[in-house]
Amino acid sequence: MSAFAEATVLITHEVGLHARPSVKFTKLAKSFAAEVEIALAANGPWFDAKSIVKVMATRAPKGTMLHIRASGEAAAEAVGALAELVRRDFDEDAGHARTA
Amino acid sequence: MPEPLRLQGISASAGYAEGPLFNLDRGPARYTGKATAGEEKAALEAALAGATDRLATLIETADEEAAGILEFQLAMLEDEALTGPAFAAIPSGMPADMAWRQALDAEIAGYETSDQDYFRARAADMRDIRDRVLRALTEEQESAAPAGAILYGEDIAPTRFLETDWSAGGGIALRAGSTASHVAMLARSRGVPMVVGLGASPANPDGLALLDAEHGGIVLAPSKAEIETFRRSSSSFAARRDKADAYLARPAVTKAGTTVRVQVNIADPSEVDSIDIATCDGIGLMRTEFLFGKAPPDEETQYSCYRKVLEWAGDKPVTIRTVDAGGDKPVPAFTVEESNPFLGLRGIRLSLARPDVFRVQIRALLRAAVHGNLKVMFPMIAVSEEYQRAAALFAEEQAGLVARGVAQKMPPLGIMVEVPSVAIAPEAFADVAFFSIGSNDLTQYVMAAARDNAAVAHLNSVRHPAVLRLIAEVAAFGLRAKIPVSLCGDAGGDPAAIPALIEAGLRDLSVAPAQLAMAKATIADVAI
Repeated sequence: MSAFAEATVLITHEVGLHARPSVKFTKLAKSFAAEVEIALAANGPWFDAKSIVKVMATRAPKGTMLHIRASGEAAAEAVGALAELVRRDFDEDAGHARTA
Repeated sequence: MPEPLRLQGISASAGYAEGPLFNLDRGPARYTGKATAGEEKAALEAALAGATDRLATLIETADEEAAGILEFQLAMLEDEALTGPAFAAIPSGMPADMAWRQALDAEIAGYETSDQDYFRARAADMRDIRDRVLRALTEEQESAAPAGAILYGEDIAPTRFLETDWSAGGGIALRAGSTASHVAMLARSRGVPMVVGLGASPANPDGLALLDAEHGGIVLAPSKAEIETFRRSSSSFAARRDKADAYLARPAVTKAGTTVRVQVNIADPSEVDSIDIATCDGIGLMRTEFLFGKAPPDEETQYSCYRKVLEWAGDKPVTIRTVDAGGDKPVPAFTVEESNPFLGLRGIRLSLARPDVFRVQIRALLRAAVHGNLKVMFPMIAVSEEYQRAAALFAEEQAGLVARGVAQKMPPLGIMVEVPSVAIAPEAFADVAFFSIGSNDLTQYVMAAARDNAAVAHLNSVRHPAVLRLIAEVAAFGLRAKIPVSLCGDAGGDPAAIPALIEAGLRDLSVAPAQLAMAKATIADVAI
């Protein structure tokens, strides 16, 4: 069964989508079979959310609206989990935010 | 015996190290090309596997901070988007080392040209990844630095830092480098002295060197007298640091019982997350340039940043400086190109020239003021009229917010004392709510010596009698006119300058968060 899902979430992390958050983000994306992509604008360009090279290349700073979409198996779960990770500030406590 | 050579850079992690220089910039060993493209591909695969294994081994013994950095490198190495272009170049006849170098250099260039410090600093991680695989290709063993050595070179790889045994001392001195690099963060948390930005300097120096990462300098081939002076500074630093932590939680009081207020300077709201409000008397300077990185920010963005810091500080004061763009802080679509920017349209001059931008910041400040103890100050004031015009804009915007029924509050409005005209004739400003001495700019304007120019650095001293006399006169005027006077330049956190500042009559200093403990410890030793 093929499914499609998308979501938009605000990056609130102080430095944006940087090294450590990108590692967590791509690891989580890879745990889903679905094809997952991200973009900084609703009309793209879209980047592979499982590639840290591509995710870092977006240079998404704080205050960016991150668009996430997935197609394939458990697409809705993948989008939901990734959006939730961004909302939780990548599970970094604030004290660490500057040192990563 | 070579002549002593003193080089000035920027401190990335305070401390002192005396030891032999170890050159970081030895080129990689030569790679022997293989007979077929298939063998080249196999060689690259083996090198990638070797580099990945080595990283995984390092991660096992790393602490949380270091592991975070290494996991980033590991994720990069495992990403086909990084390795793919190298493998794609091999069938056309390119040897593995060149294919890898070309693919990584393209990626590194993307980081080096970023306009964000954070991403630019990641170029060092990418070079580390590149060189790790190149070493694996040539089966070169990285030679270890001798214990206690000062690692010297263009830049340093994070894994090189992690593989070095720092237990016997030592330090890092870089011609390039960045205070925002992963290594700089690690050096600060491990207490390894580090200086960056030494600029053009001898390519392959050797022998003994003295690294003064408290003041950001290094002496190559030092004389006997220099070594003795250095050892005294070093042991005084160690003694101050050892006792400083004990002072952090206490109010700052001199030997004679004089209380000195010590506030902190911040450049970004997230900094307060790692400061305990109980250890300081408030925020003496919150810069707002960070908000203007790429373009002037909107009102909501500014409001939420100001509000965050005000709520963190509770009833302690937070002094926010209106945007001080221009000079060495250009902002696209805001500042103008000038032949002599330090004497041009910067600070309040620029804000008054661009009321469209300034009014947005004013509204955000008026609205945020209801959430704490806000004070607002204007940078680069030279004449009283500038203050009057800025204050009038505050009054106009306040009336507009009142008319719209928006919650707001007029904060006390003060000025920076950094243009000599204000320091010489402060009586023209008897109606301001407070003075905050910006000792960096005041010193550079009084001495006509830029702080970022090593050739005239010896002239740029806050302790020159001319600068100290102006500071003392402003402090005395403040006392007579009942206008509070504080100081928020780098001198406030400099143990060498603090006694002179207190002697000049200042009782209110604002320092970088990292200098808070040391500043309080220094104050405790002042006799006044």
